[in-house]
Amino acid sequence: MNAPLPAAAARGALDRQRRQAEVVDALARVLPAHALLWRREETVPYECDGLTAYREQPLAVALPETERQVADVLASCHRLEVPVVARGAGTGLSGGALPDPLGVTLSLAKFNRIVAIDAKARTATVQSGVRNLAISEAAAPHRLFYAPDPSSQIACTIGGNVAENSGGVHCLKYGLTLHNVLKVRGFTAAGEAVTFGGDALDAPGLDLLAAVVGSEGMLAVIFEVTVRLLPMPETARCIIASFDDVRRAGEAVAAIIAAGIVPAGLEMMDKRMTAAVEGFVHAGYDLDAAAILLCESDGTATAVEHETRRMAEVLEACGATRIEASENEAQRLRFWSGRKNAFPASGRISPDYMCMDSTIPRKCLADMLTAIAAMETKHRLRCVNVFHAGDGNLHPLILFDANDADELHRAEAFGAEILELSVAMGGTVTGEHGVGVEKLSSMCVQFSPAERAQMEAVKRAFDPDGRLNPGKVIPTLVRCAEYGRMHVKRGLLAFPELPRF
Amino acid sequence: MDAVAAIVEQVRAAYAAGEALRIRGGGSKDFYGEAATGTLLETTALTGAADHEPTELVVTAPAGMRLLDLEEQLAGHRQCLAFEPPRFSAATTVGGMVAAGLAGPSRAAAGSVRDHVLGVSIVSGTGELLQFGGRVIKNVAGYDVSRVVAGSLGILGVIVEVSLKATPRAESEATLRFDCKPGEALALLHAWGQRPLPLDASAWWNGSLVARLRGSEAAVGEAAATLGGERIAAAAAAPFWQGLRDHTDPFFVAAQEAIDDHDATLWRLSLPATAPLLGLAGDELIEWHGAERWLVTALPAADVRAAAATVGGHATAFRARAKPAGAFASLAPPLLAIHERLKRAFDPKGILNPGRLYPGL
Repeated sequence: MNAPLPAAAARGALDRQRRQAEVVDALARVLPAHALLWRREETVPYECDGLTAYREQPLAVALPETERQVADVLASCHRLEVPVVARGAGTGLSGGALPDPLGVTLSLAKFNRIVAIDAKARTATVQSGVRNLAISEAAAPHRLFYAPDPSSQIACTIGGNVAENSGGVHCLKYGLTLHNVLKVRGFTAAGEAVTFGGDALDAPGLDLLAAVVGSEGMLAVIFEVTVRLLPMPETARCIIASFDDVRRAGEAVAAIIAAGIVPAGLEMMDKRMTAAVEGFVHAGYDLDAAAILLCESDGTATAVEHETRRMAEVLEACGATRIEASENEAQRLRFWSGRKNAFPASGRISPDYMCMDSTIPRKCLADMLTAIAAMETKHRLRCVNVFHAGDGNLHPLILFDANDADELHRAEAFGAEILELSVAMGGTVTGEHGVGVEKLSSMCVQFSPAERAQMEAVKRAFDPDGRLNPGKVIPTLVRCAEYGRMHVKRGLLAFPELPRF
Repeated sequence: MDAVAAIVEQVRAAYAAGEALRIRGGGSKDFYGEAATGTLLETTALTGAADHEPTELVVTAPAGMRLLDLEEQLAGHRQCLAFEPPRFSAATTVGGMVAAGLAGPSRAAAGSVRDHVLGVSIVSGTGELLQFGGRVIKNVAGYDVSRVVAGSLGILGVIVEVSLKATPRAESEATLRFDCKPGEALALLHAWGQRPLPLDASAWWNGSLVARLRGSEAAVGEAAATLGGERIAAAAAAPFWQGLRDHTDPFFVAAQEAIDDHDATLWRLSLPATAPLLGLAGDELIEWHGAERWLVTALPAADVRAAAATVGGHATAFRARAKPAGAFASLAPPLLAIHERLKRAFDPKGILNPGRLYPGL
């Protein structure tokens, strides 16, 4: 590129260089040389997370190796008034770890030590860079496990799980990350050590742990997490049920819950999704079904036997056309392999896909599927659907080609329409992937200006200078004005006309 | 005028005048926390039936609804609030339950109040009506303000409506009794806890460990046979657990007498479940598989608090004639700073339940 830069851009580039030199110089005082990356070629891997459509180049990437170094990096950044973006494995799907172009990315990936497994107390204390699955692996010799199991569990870290309040296929019965975390040890934006929660079941004062879990790295930097472990169920069985009508499948989900059964997992896939994964993993799914449900039962052998029978009865009464229960562990895992590979399978049938993550009341599942079918025609794009049906969390995958600017634009409009409908149905724009940068505009639809201002005030209470992961989660007023969509009332209260002063 | 609008108006007027408000539902927990001050703001006009959707496992209730009424409505569909919140009187309201954040015998197995809160509508200290969370089980849009409101004792906002996760009632339950010393009880509970048993609630007092199993008929039947002990008939078990839940049990009755007659304090010690017995003088009842220990004693507050802190827990002066050392354990400096800023963020003039959680907040 030999063309001269416009003067303003050149000045901007020069300012950035100066700022970078200043920051690198400060961080070099607290970090060994190999733990500080700032050259373009070194920082490229940190330019995005799992949401690859958004990229930014950070000023520098810090990879501390000791707790002291984490505190020092934060203190240095605080002094220089530099934004800090904490990062785990970078598997997030909403751009929560997208770097700040004038900030430092703080990678906690090196903190991958399991500090303690206390079998008697059924807790694990681990550093924030420990992978989700590694916790269950470490607990397995004690016949214990860590329940939340996001699909990315072989790679994603517990620090990232806490930041996003991750779910998984078993959270209907076992809860989200929030329900399985006892204590988080970390740092404030200024680098001050702080502990949220504790080793008891509650802590004095306000429940700040509940605010920190799911705060997408904006309230504190997480260094160490103590999680609750559960005894491994003796056995588990999975039923696959086929339906020739999507609506009936949705009703079957409600019927199972209404029967007082809380399955260990309750998942739904539509016909096209089933076909895509079957071509990928050969799980033995019914390719003729309009929708299939996966229902899991776990517990003691007798209890599982009993519950499986009850679930099968309900499914049959709801018009299932085929019901198959796993007869052994290998078969059960094969049943799940298709569901767990829904995303990679979608990658095989389309150059790109956009994964939505809204949650709606379960009873609206069938209506939502009907609406999505209409949107396919409207936006001239295909959509395959996989749902955590038990908790109403949808993952419609909109298929498109990012090289075609118009398709990308249409995919975004398609996604926004799904989210707006979800809010109108009384749901939420994100069930487990987080807002990040991806769903900032949709937050304008879900929350009123006053509610967003209150969230901003919560942010400032933890991080008065707005240094941690700025620009994520809470959209600015300007952004919402430009987005131009009205805040949709979520139907919680039929609000009366309030007196306005 | 609509009851919500009336509360908004009262808070706005108080905000304009800088007048403190004392928020009150059924008044059954007036004793809890620090003393309340200010002009009375009652939530009891926020009534009506709850919006319960049995197939969604979600219920939305106005804050002034009586907890007993809500539970009755849920029971009609064989559902319940799994955390068994105490009903210190028949007047206990849903809003008060969330504001106090207290859970009952099944807490260790079923989770806390906050674990079951899905959404709230509150009126902030400036009189702004705000909704956080929602009516769905999975929701990570924005900060989880609704769960911070649980247990906040009204210092962040006046709760006007809450959405909660409802739970299908267990198909079966069994209560077992074992004669043992407290140390043996803890050892038994921790050993059971490592196995996939449907262990729900437990209580040790006065030489007896009583444990409750809840789950499918098959699971409860198997576990009851394995664990042994003396099986307590349902007709006797139900009032026993209810007595623990609502503090009408003989232990709590005796505690009240000790408070009235001997100026004792009823302490609630929240400890890691595996913490050893603290050996403090007084009468002790152990719940939550060791994680909650009630102690009636006249020991100085500092001794009780130090003993709890040593094992990684904290102590609350639950009921007492006076709480000169504060109702709750003090906060570490960085946490206190966040508390102070958070209070100001919701209630800039400090008019909502000032001092109820901590002096100055």
